[in-house]
Amino acid sequence: MRNPLKPLVGRFGLPRVIIVSFFLFLVAAAGGFHMNLMQLLSDCLRRWGMFGILALAMVPAVQCGIGLNFGISMGIVGGLLGGLIVIQLRVAEYPALVAISPLFAMWVAILIAIVIGVVLAVGIGYLYGLLLNRVKGSEMTVTTYVGFSIIAFMNMWWMLLPFTDGELIWPNAGKGLRNTISLAASFSNVMNKTLAIKIGDLTIPTGLLLFFFFMCFLVWLFMRSKTGIAMSAAGANPMFATAAGINVNKMRLIGTVLSTVLAAVGILVYAQGYGFMQLYNGPMMMGFTSVAAVLIGGASPKRAKITHVLIGTFLFQGILALGLPVANQFIPESNLSEVARLVISNGIIIYALSQVEGGSGRE
Amino acid sequence: MDKANETYVLKMDSIAKEYYGNRVLKGVNLHIHPGEIHALMGENGAGKSTLMNILFGMPVIHTTGGYEGTIQVGGETVKIDTPLKAMELGIGMVHQEFMLIPGFSVTENIKVGREISNPNLVSRIFGRSMESLDFKAMRRDARKALKTIGLQIEEYVKVAGLPVGYMQFIEIARELDKTGIRILVFDEPTAVLTESEADRLLEAMRVISSQGIAIIFITHRLDEVMAVADSMTILRDGEFVARKEIKDTNVVEIAELMIGRKMEKLVDDTTQDGRTIRDDEPAVSLRNYKVNMPGEQVKGIDLDIRKGEIFGIGGLAGQGKLGIPNGIMGLYPTEGQVKIHGQELNLGRLGDALDHKVAFVSEDRRGVGLLLDESIEQNIIFSAMQTNKKFLKKIGWMNLYDSGAAKKHAEEMVETLDIRCTGIRQPVGSLSGGNQQKVCLARALTLEPDILFVSEPTRGIDIGAKKLVLEYLTKLNRELGMTVIIVSSELMELRSVADRIGIVSDGTLACILKPDDSDADFGLAMSGAWKGGKKDA
Amino acid sequence: MNKKKINVWDLLFQNKVVFIFLVLCVAATIASKQPLTFVIPELFTRIARNSFIVLSLIIPVIAGMGLNFGIVIGAMAAQIAIFLTTYWGLTGISGFAATALLTTPIAAFFGFLVGRLFNYMKGNEMIGGLVLGYFADGLYQLLFLFIFGGVIKMNNTTLMIPTGVGVKNTIDLKDTVKYALDTVPMLSIVEVAFYLLLIILACSTAVKLVKKQEVNWKSVIGTAVAAAAVYGLTFIKPVERFLSADRLLLLSAVELGCLATALWQGWGLVRWKIQSSKGEEGQGEPFPVEKAIAYLILAAAVYGLTYVPVLYKVLIAVRLPVMTYLCIGALCCFNNILMKTRLGQNMRTVGQSRTVANAAGIDVDKTRIIAMIFSTVLAGWGQLIFLQNVGTVSTYGAHTQVGQFAIAALLVGGASVQKATNKQALLGIVLFHTLFIVSPLAGKELFGDAVIGEYFRVFVSYGVIAMSLAMHAWKKAEKPKKEEAGSGAGTEAA
Repeated sequence: MRNPLKPLVGRFGLPRVIIVSFFLFLVAAAGGFHMNLMQLLSDCLRRWGMFGILALAMVPAVQCGIGLNFGISMGIVGGLLGGLIVIQLRVAEYPALVAISPLFAMWVAILIAIVIGVVLAVGIGYLYGLLLNRVKGSEMTVTTYVGFSIIAFMNMWWMLLPFTDGELIWPNAGKGLRNTISLAASFSNVMNKTLAIKIGDLTIPTGLLLFFFFMCFLVWLFMRSKTGIAMSAAGANPMFATAAGINVNKMRLIGTVLSTVLAAVGILVYAQGYGFMQLYNGPMMMGFTSVAAVLIGGASPKRAKITHVLIGTFLFQGILALGLPVANQFIPESNLSEVARLVISNGIIIYALSQVEGGSGRE
Repeated sequence: MDKANETYVLKMDSIAKEYYGNRVLKGVNLHIHPGEIHALMGENGAGKSTLMNILFGMPVIHTTGGYEGTIQVGGETVKIDTPLKAMELGIGMVHQEFMLIPGFSVTENIKVGREISNPNLVSRIFGRSMESLDFKAMRRDARKALKTIGLQIEEYVKVAGLPVGYMQFIEIARELDKTGIRILVFDEPTAVLTESEADRLLEAMRVISSQGIAIIFITHRLDEVMAVADSMTILRDGEFVARKEIKDTNVVEIAELMIGRKMEKLVDDTTQDGRTIRDDEPAVSLRNYKVNMPGEQVKGIDLDIRKGEIFGIGGLAGQGKLGIPNGIMGLYPTEGQVKIHGQELNLGRLGDALDHKVAFVSEDRRGVGLLLDESIEQNIIFSAMQTNKKFLKKIGWMNLYDSGAAKKHAEEMVETLDIRCTGIRQPVGSLSGGNQQKVCLARALTLEPDILFVSEPTRGIDIGAKKLVLEYLTKLNRELGMTVIIVSSELMELRSVADRIGIVSDGTLACILKPDDSDADFGLAMSGAWKGGKKDA
Repeated sequence: MNKKKINVWDLLFQNKVVFIFLVLCVAATIASKQPLTFVIPELFTRIARNSFIVLSLIIPVIAGMGLNFGIVIGAMAAQIAIFLTTYWGLTGISGFAATALLTTPIAAFFGFLVGRLFNYMKGNEMIGGLVLGYFADGLYQLLFLFIFGGVIKMNNTTLMIPTGVGVKNTIDLKDTVKYALDTVPMLSIVEVAFYLLLIILACSTAVKLVKKQEVNWKSVIGTAVAAAAVYGLTFIKPVERFLSADRLLLLSAVELGCLATALWQGWGLVRWKIQSSKGEEGQGEPFPVEKAIAYLILAAAVYGLTYVPVLYKVLIAVRLPVMTYLCIGALCCFNNILMKTRLGQNMRTVGQSRTVANAAGIDVDKTRIIAMIFSTVLAGWGQLIFLQNVGTVSTYGAHTQVGQFAIAALLVGGASVQKATNKQALLGIVLFHTLFIVSPLAGKELFGDAVIGEYFRVFVSYGVIAMSLAMHAWKKAEKPKKEEAGSGAGTEAA
């Protein structure tokens, strides 16, 4: 009984212990300030579902061996394009669909957006995977900058693409697409509202969570299939996989495509929960947020499980959801929680990077 | 001062070393006169590199509990605990892999870390590291060192693009340039050289030794030893065997001393040998077979392995024996013709050997053989699932993992092979070496192969497990008629289980021997005396 | 003839990045329809602002740590220092010097920490540095938003947010250190340089005397007399008037440059003539006569070009801040001289191969930390030069893009993850910032919207980094394969 914390620290790693304690501290503080805990919990759940699939995109990437995929913006761009097309076509306002139920029309809209996004993401992800197979060993550095580049590249295209819908373009003769596009008329909150349960102040976005869990289930199924197991082996030990007759490059390609596709789905789910689609530099740091989430959940650049996604996203988004109101109690109108976000998300990534070689980077 | 010691520049006495309870050196002596070329010989694992690590005060020695015995350099007892100390005592090493920077000039490479510099105003304030370099003096020194070994090369050219042989000479020049160098170690210097380059190197060694510098020459090539060495020390299994003057000995004696006479049966031959092995039924036949495996190159082998036999492939490390199975399994670029039971393998297609019912247990257990973080179950069934589509159930269009079947099979395997574990869910990384090897075997057997390649089956496992593994391989061969090919550095185990043993030397097949051929034959075959086939002499 | 052609193609191919950007710059400038009298002065301002910080990237590249995204942290150190000195009310060149002095220990300490951390992530320094930049940004915000004013009480209504906790979004430097460095008069520079030189001479002679080393009295006195003569020149009225300015007309700079080249090469030629007539050849390096003549002709040609009306107009439109450019020049020299010291050689060795360096007894980790300290401190100074020229500090934004743009500029100049030189840095700055100036305008002309040009230049800066990193990684991944094949061929021959 000398130091009961020690085995705990050893098992979960110091940063995770700190983050969990911080989370518990925030909960306690929120309680202490007599804040509405139920409302805060609702917020946590909503954010959990919104960000979950983006974090889930890390699992195939890490498992197939390309490591933490900072470049999920590749897929995000695909998802955004899907969303834009659906809004342009005003799918959610088709009278025939609306006649059945407005919610149904919105579901159709988002599903079509997802399908378009997925198709685009498969193409982008394939090319992206080919690139990553060329740069083995430095994937993280390359993915980060390729991710930034695609965002910057699309910034130009957002200006030039021939979308005409009033919801999408700047109102008075400005050029190009808007910075933030309202989804009120298309699929805003469609998942959050579906089957939502309200108990007092607690709102459970059932539809959103079900969709999130469903995606987790699909990934879980895939990871248990022949290909999925082969992919994990290729990521864990390429030589082992080769000896078993597995084409490692092909497996990496599959993992990359899958990660990109999940990112495309993830951004649409995020957008519907947020109610807006952010173009331009909006999704620039999404990769970092997602990476931080799985790392907080206990993943490493070499291993990531679905439980890591579930735990990590909940903790990370929970801290952000609780952090803002609690910080405001300490110092009103501050963006202390933004500071906390920067420090936590980047701190955990740095920690993970310094642990890559078992922490024995010294020579 | 002791009069007798004065004649030795280096005197290492009763050196012993233990790694985690495993005694790798058991009282070794090494005595060297100034200006003498002294060959250090022994099989792989005889303890040569450990001895040299002790001499250089490498951290690997001192982080594992140090060594026993005494070292005297120039008659004084010394304690070498850091490489720096060794350097100060005038002990230098010419590395097998070149410690050169291609982008630097010859001068810069020779002077790396020991640059000549002049003080300036800034360095007087901030210390020596700010001193400006004196390129002129450095070039002069470099020229001198190059001249000593007779290398005709301008000191200002970049090392990148120079022939391999030159690089070795630059390494030597660097060691010679160090002041007060007394002992120079050459670690298999000719391994990467062409024949003419090797000759020049030996010539340079003679020149160096004539200047009073003692040379420790580690090599496997008997002919080179006979050509340049004055004396030699032979080690075997960490034990000191003999110190001989070259003029008092001959090749056959050296070979015998290296291999040793003790011969114990590792396997009890209780099972009935009811096999009929026919020469006209080859299980594996190789023609002009080449594998580009780094460090284990195969440079053209013709070999027939008969169906149903246990064939041993022996030879020293780095000679190419490991390249043979790795190439067949498609892990490295391979050329030539490989036939399995008469059918030619498509060497360009990954996994073709697996489809021909060939299984492989890799020598690199942790690197290639296992998924260390995965469970025993996963490791055992993995290959069979991927190759034979076993342990899968079809749900809809998906092939999903059938954990029930996998569990059943893994448990069976754990029982048959007596794998000691807490359960089939235990990660293999936490198993002992012997049990890991059994998991590797289990995976290979799950493939239900006709031909089984086992590479270094007993490396790093204890004697009990060793016996078990070898007995099991024999059993597989006798009872199931499986053709077993064992690739091993340990001649003893090959001689106790194999029907025939092929010795690989310098990437080619030196000869095929019977287990009861003489020690001298094995020694000579392994030391490259029969390069490219046995001479009938 | 044929051979020469191939060489030209090789040259083009090896410097493809530079050529692509050269073409891009020319095209964008033409498309922007801006006169050179607008573009070039703007460009020279930007060179003065940004060169120092780009040059601070070179040392880590040489030490094998790649592109140092951690210079952002140096910039933060500079901003902390400039905030404090502004708060204390220091102004002018002395205020600037104090700020630089204060930046040094802060940046050195940060550099030390970054270096320590990088030693734990060898091979991942670049991504590590990038993330570290964001991480440090969080701590920086914590410092400026909550600690200044919150923990440390600060009373200053112009700097602090009205609540008293946290620093305002912008810090105005107009009344403090704006143009502090840019406006140092040339006269003062000459004066200070003269006294500094005397002190250094005295010190070094004294040290030599104390240590009983030989003193070359002839050269000591010669140098002192020459310095005094130059200093004496400043007392001549016209010279004094010319030097009392703080900016130098680009025209005068070009003329001076031509004159200096002519004098230097002419002196070399004369000396060579005297020597060869005395028959003292073979001593030292042979004098490159052809090169000297080529330089002379070039100087004459450049001087001649100044009479071309178009160029003349440009040349009299640009006024160079002398001290700033001298600082940049000094850093170039520093980078070069450092590489000729023991420490510099160690850095090169570590950069080329850590294994070899280790075997040669070089303390790899320490050398890498020193490289990071150098880079961080220099980046801090670079940020100060930038800020004093801009005149305002955007408290929470001035540092964020520093690493991004500096690295992009370096790469545009043809540098790579493993190799970077002063020349590449300067060329890169010229090209990158030309593009920066003209691309919004070109965007407006071509697409009717300036924003698209802005997005284009941002894309360029990200794209060039992404490409460079990918190419580096690609080469690194190919290398082991090649080496295998190479050693294969080597032993094959045996």
